[in-house]
Amino acid sequence: MEQALLIGLNGLVYGLLLFMLSVGLTLIFGMMGVLNLAHASFYMLGAFLAYTISIRIGFWPALVVVPVIVGAMGAAVERYGLRTVHKHGHVAELLFTFGLAFVIGEVVPLIWGRSPVPYKVPATLDFALFSVGGNAYPAYRLFMMAVAVAMFLALFAALARTRLGLVVRAALTHPEMVGMLGHDVPRVFTLVFGAGCALAGLAGVMAGNAFTTEPGMARALGAVVFAIVVMGGLGSIWGALVASLLIGFVQTASISLDLKLGLALQRIGIAIDPAVWGDVYGLTIARVAPVVPYVLLILVLAVRPRGLMGTRSA
Amino acid sequence: MAAPRTIRTSLRATLLACSLLAGHQAAAEVVKIAYIDPLSGSLAATGQLGEQHFRFAIDRVNKSGAAGPGRTLELVPLDNEVSPEKSLTLLRKAIDDDIHYVTQGNGSAVAFALIDAINKNNKRAPAQSVMFLNYAAVDPALTNDKCSWWHFRFDADVDMKMKALTDYLVSQAATKKVFIFNPDYSFGVSVEKAAQAMLAGRRPDLEVVGAERVPLGRTKDFTPYVQKFQAANADAVVTGNWGQDLSLLVKAAADSGYKGKLYTYYLGGSDVMPSVSAAAAGYAQIAEYHANVGNPELETMAAAFEAQYHVPFYYLRVMTEIDMLAAAMKQANSSDPAKVGAVLATMKMTTPLGQATMREDNHQLLNPMFVSTLEPAQKFVFPESKLGFKTVSRIEPEAQRMATTCKFAPPS
Repeated sequence: MEQALLIGLNGLVYGLLLFMLSVGLTLIFGMMGVLNLAHASFYMLGAFLAYTISIRIGFWPALVVVPVIVGAMGAAVERYGLRTVHKHGHVAELLFTFGLAFVIGEVVPLIWGRSPVPYKVPATLDFALFSVGGNAYPAYRLFMMAVAVAMFLALFAALARTRLGLVVRAALTHPEMVGMLGHDVPRVFTLVFGAGCALAGLAGVMAGNAFTTEPGMARALGAVVFAIVVMGGLGSIWGALVASLLIGFVQTASISLDLKLGLALQRIGIAIDPAVWGDVYGLTIARVAPVVPYVLLILVLAVRPRGLMGTRSA
Repeated sequence: MAAPRTIRTSLRATLLACSLLAGHQAAAEVVKIAYIDPLSGSLAATGQLGEQHFRFAIDRVNKSGAAGPGRTLELVPLDNEVSPEKSLTLLRKAIDDDIHYVTQGNGSAVAFALIDAINKNNKRAPAQSVMFLNYAAVDPALTNDKCSWWHFRFDADVDMKMKALTDYLVSQAATKKVFIFNPDYSFGVSVEKAAQAMLAGRRPDLEVVGAERVPLGRTKDFTPYVQKFQAANADAVVTGNWGQDLSLLVKAAADSGYKGKLYTYYLGGSDVMPSVSAAAAGYAQIAEYHANVGNPELETMAAAFEAQYHVPFYYLRVMTEIDMLAAAMKQANSSDPAKVGAVLATMKMTTPLGQATMREDNHQLLNPMFVSTLEPAQKFVFPESKLGFKTVSRIEPEAQRMATTCKFAPPS
């Protein structure tokens, strides 16, 4: 019971972090057809800026200021970079974001150095909220969850209830038609790209201090986030939420449960002979945990190519 | 009479000029050392830290002329992105550029590839022989089954360090349950094996309650692992994790209020300490140096290093490596790796902390090692945690000597 609760709590917090990162990407991907390979780099920028700004004006102002700065950077990238290469097609756009990821990846250590920076959880939230089976649960993690949930609700309301949301949703599926109706679609693109980057920046502010803020932090998450976007379905916020939580729970559970791969396969009806497959049979699920998101991705794509909640195929 | 005298004088002058020129040529001998380590990518912080220490060590040696009259050393940094394949290309490039000394440390897989290629090269083209100075690749096989006469290691290997660490762990009477937690590659496997072998049967009330490996550099949240330690009631965790993984582990342990102690190889690095908080008091590490070893000479040196590079001094073994190499060149009166290697193979040197001896039978350096723990109120503390390392035991060089399966013959 305690273990289930712990898996639930850890999976939820990790899943919601992944959601914060992937929701911006799925909007951008769904609308512009651009896989923004630099998305995780904006997350890293968010964390580093939050460190620099929070030691000057404190964590709470940084929580507001940093996403705005990162969003403005994203909007500028779209306006002056992506839009220029847009006419050369999606491959050029993809290469552009690929290059951008490298540039950000090298500029950040030039400014902040290659070692991790001591970005700290604010003192007001730096205490244990409750304890499960001797494991303290930090208040900051609950705050992370709250921010992610608030973000989901706000985004959902904005897209479903406002006029701008209506235009964005329409541009997701029928960009030409929206343009014909007199809306400035390129400006909607800039807005969505900027907003997506701001959300990545917010994720950086929230996660940089809970985990570590260092130049390698984007690398570890980049690929997982793409898997989530494709799994959830392009442009689907619900899809991103479901896929993030699914990966969060499954990955946490596979670390926590002491299960041998051989036994796990047996349980689902695939019996392998431990005498022949000694090494594979004895592998604990924990050691293959990082592969789990990609196995899920392949499974989902095989059964439902448009993703869990997608309306278009990838 | 006048003419021959003039000739004689001018002859003498020519001879003098020649000898001066020759002397000048000797003064211009620059011995290049290729530094093959990660200088970009996620492990760049570690590679850069090494480079800074090498630059510092070489500057010192060049200033004092320790490599012999007129001989200076020069570092040539080459970025291998911790890839064995890339390292072999760089080694080829170094050999083509007439470089005879290679130093590397991050990743035993890279060291294995380099040893193999250097063995072949030196057999095929003795005139282009290369010496391999290893400052941090600690897989025991490098000085046992896979040893090479051309390879010299200046860091204690996994087994030597584990022995020191487990000796201390066993001496802690309150510690009863140990969890072994390592990165999932050859190094982590050898740490796990060493820990299991060296903890077995040491004390009747001491047991290993779990062993787990984590994929290198790919996990964000280490909380589930900490909860595993907690669930197993482990009061000690022996870990070979390093860099970002160790930072995240230490952070997750602090956040979860984990009361057990970590026994580490690499806690003191500047890539980890910024993430360490006051909750890490009592965590142990094994290394050849820490800031509070209490040696005035090293304190002056560490201060000079920190003033120049703005990071705490860490790799004392890099100083030892370059000092010994320079001394061997001076003694051999040559920069030919075969001659320098013959001197280095039996070299003894007095370092600020005691005697350093190169083992002739496997080219493993023996020098004093320290088990230390993070404690408050030390002379030198880290700003983030206000904790500093305090020596709990000093392990003398001879106590670290272990049996070796290494068999090699010097080049003929």
